[in-house]
Amino acid sequence: MAEMKNYTFNFGPQHPAAHGVLRLILEVEGEVVKSADPHIGLLHRATEKLAETKPYLNNVGYMDRLDYVSMMCNEHGYCRAIEQLGHIEVPKRAQYIRVMFDEITRILNHLMCIGASALDLGAMSVFLYCFREREDLIDCYEAVSGSRMHAKYYRPGGVARDLPEVMPIYRKEEMPSDRRRTRFNHNRQGSLLDFIQDFTERFPACVDEYETLLTDNRIWRQRTVNVGVVDAQRALDLGFTGPTLRASGVSWDLRKTQPYAVYDELDFEVPIGRVGDCYDRYLVRIEEMRQSNRIIQQCVDWLRQNPGPILSDDGKIIKPKRADMKLDMEAMIHHFKLYTEGFCLPEGEAYGAVEHPKGEFGVYLVSDGANKPYRVKVRAAGFPHLAAMGEMCEGHMLSDVVAILSSIDIVFGEIDR
Amino acid sequence: MMADVLNDYAQRIYQVCPDLKKPTIDNGILNLNVPADQWVDVAQTLKTDSGCPFEQLSDLCVVDYLTYGAVEWDTQTRTAEGFSRAVTPLTRAQQMPSPSTSRFQVVVHLLSLKRNVRLRVHVDALGDEPPQVPSVTSVWPAANWYEREAYDLFGVVFEGHPDLRRLLTDYGFIGHPFRKDFPLVGHVELTYDASQGRCVYQPCELDLRVTVPRVIRKPIMPMDTEESDHG
Repeated sequence: MAEMKNYTFNFGPQHPAAHGVLRLILEVEGEVVKSADPHIGLLHRATEKLAETKPYLNNVGYMDRLDYVSMMCNEHGYCRAIEQLGHIEVPKRAQYIRVMFDEITRILNHLMCIGASALDLGAMSVFLYCFREREDLIDCYEAVSGSRMHAKYYRPGGVARDLPEVMPIYRKEEMPSDRRRTRFNHNRQGSLLDFIQDFTERFPACVDEYETLLTDNRIWRQRTVNVGVVDAQRALDLGFTGPTLRASGVSWDLRKTQPYAVYDELDFEVPIGRVGDCYDRYLVRIEEMRQSNRIIQQCVDWLRQNPGPILSDDGKIIKPKRADMKLDMEAMIHHFKLYTEGFCLPEGEAYGAVEHPKGEFGVYLVSDGANKPYRVKVRAAGFPHLAAMGEMCEGHMLSDVVAILSSIDIVFGEIDR
Repeated sequence: MMADVLNDYAQRIYQVCPDLKKPTIDNGILNLNVPADQWVDVAQTLKTDSGCPFEQLSDLCVVDYLTYGAVEWDTQTRTAEGFSRAVTPLTRAQQMPSPSTSRFQVVVHLLSLKRNVRLRVHVDALGDEPPQVPSVTSVWPAANWYEREAYDLFGVVFEGHPDLRRLLTDYGFIGHPFRKDFPLVGHVELTYDASQGRCVYQPCELDLRVTVPRVIRKPIMPMDTEESDHG
């Protein structure tokens, strides 16, 4: 018999299942993975260093580009750090809008994750189903911020603008077929909140559809059950957070344990898994989408009944209203100062953490009193998950690498930063 | 109410680590300063303490204090000179390292799930080139990649780390890009050389132009005016 030798090769950086630009150096013996060493940094843009050279407000846009499938949650983490440092009050309505969009973002992210992991394992149709709903939510992003992905909608002290009264509709130039246009426009006749409410009514049935395709699917189960198991203790040691930690059976969710914004006023549950394998991570995400849907419904109800300010009224931090600038000298000075120099935050340190769809997203901010942060450190949720990749893959078959990688929901924008 | 709870935990940490100063509370987080030579022992104690165990290491990063408090635009004199606000970035002469602490500080965020409390640990790096800090990978395995990243970006060497390789920068990268004396645009740029038929590095020709200068303005605290009113 021929002598057996271990074989080392590259997975990525251009592999379609590498979820971006991951170079994974795999050492295999036959088809069994002996070691997996991720080489990252191909998308490194030095966001944190760039942020040190820009006024605080200008950096919100960089946060979108970290985890580019859960944009607004990143902004929330950054704004929270600034608000802690500057002791800025956020109006209640802005808090509700933020929570609503955080949960919309969570659904966006989980749809992407589940769709992509199913695609990686050979189930094409789930991806198409997921993107059908993603499209509607991305439209909500567009309606509120003008941008489909990189919204830059949150501001330190609130959100950029109130929810629009009119939901944009498809025009004849964009969609010539009358029948098709009517079908697409029928739930866009009212305000953004009407559209979101319509979505929340439809969405549970959509989740049922994904579950029909996957949950009891024999192939899906064979590929994911007992693959990439991490027990609770190990998950904590490795720094896991979010769905990846909860799938291992640890009930830890910052929305419940350290409630921020208005999560303590909302009714929702935190699903946890038992085994900590890829299948549990999938189940946790499915249930989180249902819970997010519940939260969005509660936010819609509240926002309908409670109009009010959406930005703090601190003129030293928040830009004045355009109308005020025409009449009020002080408002004009504030506007000039804010857009030429920005605001200075008091000297100190803050750590703003949010329950991001992928786990704990934290922004550690050091200020020396200047108009730019002295140091920004982004605690990316996916970073410790990918760091554990080698350990999770060891001893598994080569094909399981793809299942594990997609189950920990990797996005390189935030890992490489 | 929250402060009382934090005070209790600060007291607890002070009890189990009697050699250290009692943790302070800042923006709802406990802050603890640990000398580098005690760091691994303290880390072990913090992780395994039955009263308030910090099971998880959330984050580890380095802060370079080289230009802390330095400004690019002195607000007092420039007002008379006019408003040419495009300034050159900080040069070495203007940089003011704080003499009281070391230049590099490792900042670790710990989380206790049992007690639902966060702790921020500051460890001053020892030595100059390279600055050194003991590694805590043996205590929290999560520290592995965080320390690799910190080594890559700041050049802080974590003694006892099993595999201290660069993590984020390119293969063969020279320097530590997040240090405050490393220019934002970098030292080299990558261009395609048609004669050689491949990409080559050459010295960077870009010059950084600062359009919004870094200024420090002391906030006018509403409390001050209130106090003077009452006074």
